[in-house]
Amino acid sequence: MSNKFSRRGVLKSGAIAGSGLLLPTYLRAESHSGFTNAPTGSEVVFGFNVPQTGPYSEEGLDELRAFQLAVEHLNGEGDGGMLNTFSSKALDGAGILGKKVTFVTGDTQTKSDVARASAQSMIQKDGAVMITGGSSSGVAVAVQGLCQEAGVIFMAALTHSNDTTGKDRKANGFRHFFNAYMSGAALAPVLGNVYGTERRAYHLTADYTWGWTQEESIAASTEALGWQTVEKVRTPVGAGDFSSYIAPVLNSGADVLILNHYGGDMVNSLSQAVQFGLRDKMVNGKQFEIVVPLYSELMAAGAGSNIQGVYGSMNWNWQLQDAGTQAFVKSFGEKYGRPPSNAAHTSYVQTLLYADAVTRAGTFNPCGVVEALEDFEFDGMGNGPVLYRGADHQCFKDVLVMKGAENPTNEYDTLEIVETTPRAQVEYAPDHPMFAGGDLGQCNPGA
Amino acid sequence: MFGLNQKDTKFLLIVVTLTLLTPFLLNPFPTDSAMAQFNAGYPALMQRFAIYGLMAIGFNILFGLTGYLSFGHAAFLGVGSYSAVWMFKLLSMNILPAIILAMIVSGLFALAIGYISLRRSGIYFSILTLAFAEMSYRLAYSVLTPITNGETGLQLNLNDPRVLDGVADTSSLPVPGLFGLKMNSTYTLDIGAWSFDFNVGFYVCAVIAILGFYMSLRIFRSPFGMMLRAVKSNQQRMNYTGLNSRPYTLAAFVISGIYAGLAGALLAAMDPLAGAERMQWTASGEVVLMTILGGAGTLMGPVLGAGFIKYCENIFSKINETILHSWFSFLPDSLESVVVWFFARFVGEGWHLTLGVLFMLIVIFLPGGLVEGGQRIASWWKNRGKDEDSSNQPAE
Amino acid sequence: MDAIILQFFNGLEKGSAYALIALGLTLIFGTLGVVNFAHGALFMIGAFCAVTLRKVFEISKVSLDPTKTDFLGKPLEVKTPYVEAWFGETIGSAMINYSVPLAILLTIPVMLFVGWAMERGLIKHFYKRPHADQILVTFGLAIVLQEIVKYFFGANPIQMMAPSDYSGTVNIGAILGMDIFYPVWRLVYFFFSAVIIGGVFAFLQFTTFGMVVRAGMADRETVGLLGIDIDKRFTLMFGLAAGVAGLAGVMYTPILSPNYHMGMDFLVLSFVVVVVGGMGSLPGAVAAGFLLGILQSFASLNEVKAIIPGIDQIIIYLVAIVILLTRPRGLMGRKGVMED
Repeated sequence: MSNKFSRRGVLKSGAIAGSGLLLPTYLRAESHSGFTNAPTGSEVVFGFNVPQTGPYSEEGLDELRAFQLAVEHLNGEGDGGMLNTFSSKALDGAGILGKKVTFVTGDTQTKSDVARASAQSMIQKDGAVMITGGSSSGVAVAVQGLCQEAGVIFMAALTHSNDTTGKDRKANGFRHFFNAYMSGAALAPVLGNVYGTERRAYHLTADYTWGWTQEESIAASTEALGWQTVEKVRTPVGAGDFSSYIAPVLNSGADVLILNHYGGDMVNSLSQAVQFGLRDKMVNGKQFEIVVPLYSELMAAGAGSNIQGVYGSMNWNWQLQDAGTQAFVKSFGEKYGRPPSNAAHTSYVQTLLYADAVTRAGTFNPCGVVEALEDFEFDGMGNGPVLYRGADHQCFKDVLVMKGAENPTNEYDTLEIVETTPRAQVEYAPDHPMFAGGDLGQCNPGA
Repeated sequence: MFGLNQKDTKFLLIVVTLTLLTPFLLNPFPTDSAMAQFNAGYPALMQRFAIYGLMAIGFNILFGLTGYLSFGHAAFLGVGSYSAVWMFKLLSMNILPAIILAMIVSGLFALAIGYISLRRSGIYFSILTLAFAEMSYRLAYSVLTPITNGETGLQLNLNDPRVLDGVADTSSLPVPGLFGLKMNSTYTLDIGAWSFDFNVGFYVCAVIAILGFYMSLRIFRSPFGMMLRAVKSNQQRMNYTGLNSRPYTLAAFVISGIYAGLAGALLAAMDPLAGAERMQWTASGEVVLMTILGGAGTLMGPVLGAGFIKYCENIFSKINETILHSWFSFLPDSLESVVVWFFARFVGEGWHLTLGVLFMLIVIFLPGGLVEGGQRIASWWKNRGKDEDSSNQPAE
Repeated sequence: MDAIILQFFNGLEKGSAYALIALGLTLIFGTLGVVNFAHGALFMIGAFCAVTLRKVFEISKVSLDPTKTDFLGKPLEVKTPYVEAWFGETIGSAMINYSVPLAILLTIPVMLFVGWAMERGLIKHFYKRPHADQILVTFGLAIVLQEIVKYFFGANPIQMMAPSDYSGTVNIGAILGMDIFYPVWRLVYFFFSAVIIGGVFAFLQFTTFGMVVRAGMADRETVGLLGIDIDKRFTLMFGLAAGVAGLAGVMYTPILSPNYHMGMDFLVLSFVVVVVGGMGSLPGAVAAGFLLGILQSFASLNEVKAIIPGIDQIIIYLVAIVILLTRPRGLMGRKGVMED
């Protein structure tokens, strides 16, 4: 098999002033470099594969902003952002291994098929050596599988399902974002403190793989507190009107509603639950409460005042006060006039981490990069000390427990940080039952 | 030749030649030029052209000939993909068993749905097929996840049995192949500043698509095809003459369902993953749009329409503002930002707008679809050089 | 019992939306014979009329508050809506509070204009064209309208609040001596749609104009032979259908946060409703809308889902298949409409 797709800036040798074009030259200028899309010229290409159309396109666009910022910083433009606070000092702002970073973008439409087609075109046509992006776990898992087969690195951005680094983990794929298990582990103790240990929870869950893993994780960690799970109800994705799922909650005897929804579904189900007066109800002598385990600040703005006082979790938030966060928020804010979302943060960090790993490995060869990233410990990227665990390629770091702000002053501070849950509390064994059944396999350099 | 008259043979040969030369035709720009962004000759996209072309050819047998507008053909595509991936998981990475099973399963599926849906005609038929497809999609996405792997899509695993392949190495996933010829192997030919990819998978798809095209040509010219056209022009009169049209329409429905299943199997063979959204109504609608856009009822139209939509989806969506800036950097700064702003609305995140505008323009100005555009150019050409032979224009 | 009553009301409210959209679609089918894939987009535009009006009301005078800072450490911008500055704080904030119902006043002229422009500019040329062409051109138009809205408002859902007086719940079980609380705005939506539906039927039933249109729906050729210029009336019918879709959208915003592709989400559903009701039948469309809404609500009950898993996902399509197989032209369809 000879997948030799790279063709970037190589073949000018044949163009000896005009006459070169007349003669077919059957040559490949680069030697067999041993891995897919080995960069040969003065540039290296990244592929940014995000949803640009469809319901998640705002998040995709925010990721894209962060990617572009990261590329600027890698190439030594702008103020350098987190490069100044990153604990590894291998990157010097002169590109990667002396090569200037360029990028191509694609539209996943939040569909696994389309996302794979787009990633294929980045690999085959544009010679991308690393693909990143995401918006849904289905897409991330699908593209991660493709990158494994093609022999390029996949740096997952926004994907929260346990499966991405659980049963669908791949040697060429890495995830910086947190996952459903971590949400549960971080959120449950806080919920126990504020709502007590005698609660009865009712789950409304988006009926697909991400929803199920989150439902499983949250139910397990709240039941460990002593909560009971009254009912777990699956709702169709994109249902719009959730009223017929919310109405049964009223008489179920439950006193907490857990919404395992994301994006537009979350906005609608939360607003409608509030409309039905759930938050004004007293059940079992307790105030009825709603919990949204995974928050997205872009969507939180859409839920408006309904989100006040509702607990959830996040990977990162721009209101953190550490040096890395401040450096990133400053350069992002000055370039785009708005604070970055946590999707933007993970995208930015993943790009830098990849560049750093390449520099430390001294090669773009995926196997070298995998080796450099596995069990890599770093700091200064906004989450405190972080470990990229080698056993499953999942990052371990602090998790934020958030609450809808009571008095937001603008559309960007609709959420406030309640607690920074320490990393030790959200760690788990690589073969934890919720993550079992996966096999990294071996790194694949392709070609 | 091939049981076709001279004109059709010539037409077929032209199609075959064009298909086989696709890697050249789609890469007209030198690799390093600014226009290289418009090159579409990379394996994954060429494969999709052939596969969706095949699907549209099959759809056209039903819609173009009988006029029955099915809004559920994506279900057959999805069923074909799922069957193929299951074959890869359980039996062998050879694509032949996968293709055969996919055709059988999608054929049976089409038989069942067609048997019920064809009891009604017109829009009632359309809605029945839509309902079946949308049910398949929703169940595949949620309740049937053990079979379909839901949102993530059905994919290969290292520990799949694959009984015929024997013990494979356990470090990396196997690649679908045809008796050892791997679908993803590519030979890259560099000529001067140009670069052309010859991919095994594309040629497998292309050969199957040509066979599918030949089959459809034969059907169009056969008495069976005449019968289907009669259904379209006046089904009532047909019934009054004592002919029962149902078996004919059902046969057309099943044939086009098998085409869709075959296309689904090829999608899975080129890229072994089957996602539920392949069955969504938007996917069915896309096939309808491809056929109408190209020219329903014509032989070449649906293929052109398929190529057109897939080209927009894969090429326009990848042009971002950075690329636009590099194109228009010769303009003065203030003008450049205006021009870039304008074009940015139509590419990248705005490529849907391009698609919508083009749909409208084509249907307004070319009522017969892209094929009519081709015919107009051809006749315009003919009128200029009076004695020019016109036989290379599409036969329908 | 409580649960069943609640689901019945949920069904009525869902059904009101389905019925309103299907009503407009049927008006266009029945009178003009046009398959309008842009009807969902009209619903969406109506919803965004409400968003626009609120945004207009919220256009604010910006002043800097040096005592507070924003996320970059610069002085915080304080915004005061102009309407509050002009009309006083009470009236101004009341206008913002009531922006959804007030948007009706904006929606009616906007939708009539959009409908008129669509019919005169585009649809008119497609009366004699095959349905396939109509689908393609209206689908293209729907995409264009969506993308324009996306450019101005972004892709995320935008929350719209019902006026605060109507945003709570009310005890609908009080008559029966039970405590069943239901959101007020959903009841408002139900009554609103009942008024609109009644209005459209009365218009067609009791005006000369309506009589001519009904005659045109039944037999276009004969009406033409009687020397009546049916086309002119059909332009107005298109505007009316667009208006109904727009009104359905504008009042639905507090229930469903509008986003730019909400029209596509409703499109397929509304076609199913129309066909189940029977092509060309206005009462059929309304009946089918409520029927499917109520059935969908009951299928979402946990007790029902326990018997048939996933039934809530497919109930609408399943019912559509059963009805079409038992009643060839839907509930009240007329012979010969859209059967070619």
